[in-house]
Amino acid sequence: MTIDFQRDKPIYQQLLDRLSSEIVRGDRKPGDKLPSVRDYAIETGVNPNTMSRTYKELEVMGIAETRRGQGTFVTEDEERLEQLRNEMKTKHTESFVSQMKDLGFSIDEMIEELKENKEGDS
Amino acid sequence: MIRLQHVSKSYLGHKALDDVSIDFTKGKVTGIVGENGSGKSTSLKLMAGLVRPSKGSVLIDEEPTNRQISRIVAYMSELDQVPPFFTVGESLNFASTQFPDFDREQAEEILAFMKLEKTQKVKHLSKGNRGRLKMALTMARNAPYILLDEPFSGLDPMVRNSIVKGLIKFVDLEKQALIITTHEIREIEPILDEVIAIRKGKILSHNTVDGIREEGRDVVEWLEDIYGSGEGYGA
Repeated sequence: MTIDFQRDKPIYQQLLDRLSSEIVRGDRKPGDKLPSVRDYAIETGVNPNTMSRTYKELEVMGIAETRRGQGTFVTEDEERLEQLRNEMKTKHTESFVSQMKDLGFSIDEMIEELKENKEGDS
Repeated sequence: MIRLQHVSKSYLGHKALDDVSIDFTKGKVTGIVGENGSGKSTSLKLMAGLVRPSKGSVLIDEEPTNRQISRIVAYMSELDQVPPFFTVGESLNFASTQFPDFDREQAEEILAFMKLEKTQKVKHLSKGNRGRLKMALTMARNAPYILLDEPFSGLDPMVRNSIVKGLIKFVDLEKQALIITTHEIREIEPILDEVIAIRKGKILSHNTVDGIREEGRDVVEWLEDIYGSGEGYGA
C-alpha cells in the first residue's frame, strides 16, 4: 500500500504519526518487531533514508528500540506507551477543539455534543 | 561525489546550462526539476560523459567525465535504448556484456518484480513495459552513480508506481547516488532527499524535501513559488 501523504508536513513526521497510532490502537503490540527499514520503505513507497529517520525518531522518543542485528521493536516500557496514548489524546483533542472553535462552537456545546454522542454510542 | 564546477553548455549559441555548480554525494536521491528546455537533461548528459562542458568542469570521484565514465555511471536515457529486435532476455544478455558491474541475479529479480517475461520481444512490449525494461537494465548495475532521465515520461500511473517501488527496492543508498530528472514531481516526491529547481540553464534553488515541507508546502508548490506566479510551472 502506497500512502497518500499530506502536502504540508515532512513525510517522516507523517510516518511517525502513523506508527504511533498503530501502536496506541494495539495493531502493533509492545515487543512487536517492526518491518525492516527497506521493507517498510518499499511497502509505503518512501525513500529508505526517510524511513530510517522515522525509526531513529521513534527510538529517541522511547517508543521503539533497535537491537543489534535483530531489528527494531516496539518498546515494552508500558509506562512510556501509556504516556504516548495520553499524548495522542491531548493532541487530537486539541485539534478537535480548535476546529470547533473556528466554527464558533463553545466548549460547553462541545461537551454537550460529546455526551449525546456517548449516549448514542452505548 | 559528482562535482559540477561553473559548468556552462551551449548548443549553437543557445545556452543550455549557464554557470552551474552542484555536488551530488552518495547516499542520496536527488530530483532535478524544471520546465522543458530548462537544462535538466543536459546536466545529466554532462554527468554521463555524453556531452562536454563548454566551460567549467564535471568531475566524478575527481575524474573528468568522458565516454569512459560509463564504467561508474549508469545512465538511463529518456529515449528508447533497447533494440526492438531483441527479446527481453537478449537485451539482458547484451547489457551484461557491456558493463562489468552488471548483476545478472539482480536483473532477473527486477524483471520478475516488474513482471517482464524474458521471451517477450522488445518491439511487442507496451510503452509501459519498455519503460520498465530500460529501468530494470539500468538498476541491475552496481554502479555508484545512477542517472535517470525522465523515467516516468508518458507512462500511466500504475507503471509509474511500479517504477517508484522498483527504485526503492533496488537502489542501495549505502553505495549509490541516484539522480532523477522529472516532470512528475508528485509521484516521486516521497523518494527524494533533495530537489534542485532549474530554469533557463540556471539553478534557482537547491533544498531538502523535509526542509520544504517544514515550511508547510510540498515540492510542487515550492517550485511554483520560485518559478514565480507570472509564468506558472504547470505541473
